[in-house]
This record gives sequence, C-alpha cells and structure tokens, in this order.
Amino acid sequence: MAAGEASIDALGQFKLHTVFGPIGASVNFTQSNLLMVVAGALTLAFLYFGAKPQAVIPGRLQAAAELAYDFIYNLVNDQIGHEGKKFFPFVFTLFFFILFGNLLGLLPFTFTFTSHIAVTGALAIMVIVLVTVVALSIHGWKFFSYFWPHGAPIALAPIIVPVEVISYLSRPVSLSIRLFANMVAGHVMFEVFATFMVMMAGAGVIGYVGAVGPLALNVILMGFELLVAALQAYVFAVLTCIYLHDAVHLH
Amino acid sequence: MDHEAAKAIGAGIAVIALAGVGIGIGNIFSSLVTSVARNPSARDQVFGLGILGFALTEAVALFALLIAFLILFT
Repeated sequence: MAAGEASIDALGQFKLHTVFGPIGASVNFTQSNLLMVVAGALTLAFLYFGAKPQAVIPGRLQAAAELAYDFIYNLVNDQIGHEGKKFFPFVFTLFFFILFGNLLGLLPFTFTFTSHIAVTGALAIMVIVLVTVVALSIHGWKFFSYFWPHGAPIALAPIIVPVEVISYLSRPVSLSIRLFANMVAGHVMFEVFATFMVMMAGAGVIGYVGAVGPLALNVILMGFELLVAALQAYVFAVLTCIYLHDAVHLH
Repeated sequence: MDHEAAKAIGAGIAVIALAGVGIGIGNIFSSLVTSVARNPSARDQVFGLGILGFALTEAVALFALLIAFLILFT
C-alpha cells in the first residue's frame, strides 16, 4: 500500500484462497480448512501429550490438560446436572475447537476460521439439531409443551406460542452471529489501526511520532482480543450447556 | 449529499446502539460490585455470571459495530 494515499481495506483479510498449489485448488482446500485441521490436531496433541505422563505430581502440560478437563467437566455438571455426563465430550470438543480457532487467528499470517459465518453457523446448527434430537428422544411429544409456559392464560396462546417458537429458532442465529461478529470486529479493528499507522508514517517525521499512538492501541487490543477469544469460546460452551439443560429437563 | 458522506453518517447512526450497551455493562458491573461487597464469599460464583453477562451484552455492541463496518467498507 502506497503511503499517503492509503485506503482502509478492512475486509480483505477475510478472503479465502486455496493452499497447497494445484492439488489444494482441485478440492478447494482453503487456508480456513487448513487452520481447522491445525486446530483439531493441536487439541488432540494437547490432550495426548498432557495425558501421556500420568504422573502423580503433574508437569506443566499435564496440569494444563487436567485443568482444562476439570473446567469443562464442572461446567457441564453445574449447568446440565447429573445427566450432563454424556454430553461432556461434545461440549469439550466444541470449546477447544473454537478456542484454538480464535487463538490461532491472532498469530500473524494465519486466518481466523471462526470469522466466517458459514463456520460458526454450521457449529450452531449442529448444536441446535443435537438439542432438538435429545429433547425429542427423551420427552417424545411432551417436548412441544416446552413452547407453552406453565400457568399462562389460554387466551394468550396465539401470541405466546409463536413468540416461544421464534425465540427457540433464533437461538442458532444469535449463537453463530455472536461468535462471528466478535471475531470480525476484533480483526477489523486491528486492520483499521494498523492502516492509521501506515497513513501517519506517510506524513513525515511528525507522523513517525504520531504513529506510536495506533501502535500502542493495537498492542492493548491484542491483549483484549486474547480475552475475547477465550471468553467467546466459553460463552459458546455455556450456552450450549444451557440449551442442553432445557432439552433434558424441559423448563 | 454524495455517497461517501451518506456512508459516514450511516455508520455514525449505526453505533448509537452503543449507548444502550454502555448502560447495560455499567449495570452489570455495578451489580457485581454490590453483590461482592455484600457477600465477599460468593465472589467466585458471582464473578462467572458477571463475565457471562458482560460477554452477552458486549455482543450487542459488536453487532452494531459490525453493521457500521459493513456500511463503511462494502
């Protein structure tokens, strides 16, 4: 980008391109897919090497793996209750896939696959289909009483039932957009402030001094984004647990 | 009014939603401080809830920010 007449191209960083040359291009293997594979492999490696030593006094990696296991286990147990144990692997996988996706995206020259609504939407649809299937298999037709709060006057049925159905169907939308918007907004903010830096540096010697401002802001933002990356993975997992609780217990 | 000016004004209007988010986040943390002050031993449980509320509220701010970015850059 030529200094001085720079323009902000904030959304260009989310463009997909294929990797691994002609082989990757023939199967449309993009950098987003590559990062997903890396995130999955990192999760597996983290748990494999964390669980391998089985020391009584855990080393650093084992302590981290045990801490992560305990964290999600307590979350699932607190939110869903005793029946939550069989959903633990699902929530654990979901949490770590999103966490590694968010964190890998913060490294230079990588790509945040959670910044594409196609990815987060697929995850959210997976969650909502699972929740509905679980609710139907446990409660059968009684599941549909979920859309009818106890003790509501019968005259309000035409209003309450559509509202409850819409709020149920809007869950995957809000779940996917929350994660996607957080990631996109963070990365666009990086890009905007980085462009400010280039623009200021183009203005001469005074600009070099002024460019320290956006640089410092970007450093602070990076810390904030680390928080957001972990927090959004946590929120996704917590909301999945809350929906599963509703499915298991109906209200 | 030319196109660029309209875009800038639109983006500015889109982030008015941040006023509500500011009130919301202020509310969450004031309640968090109050409850911790009343019962310091409940801090661990209440803190997680507060952070969850913060994340859910902050998401609304990011929706507005995203719309503003979409108006500005597309």
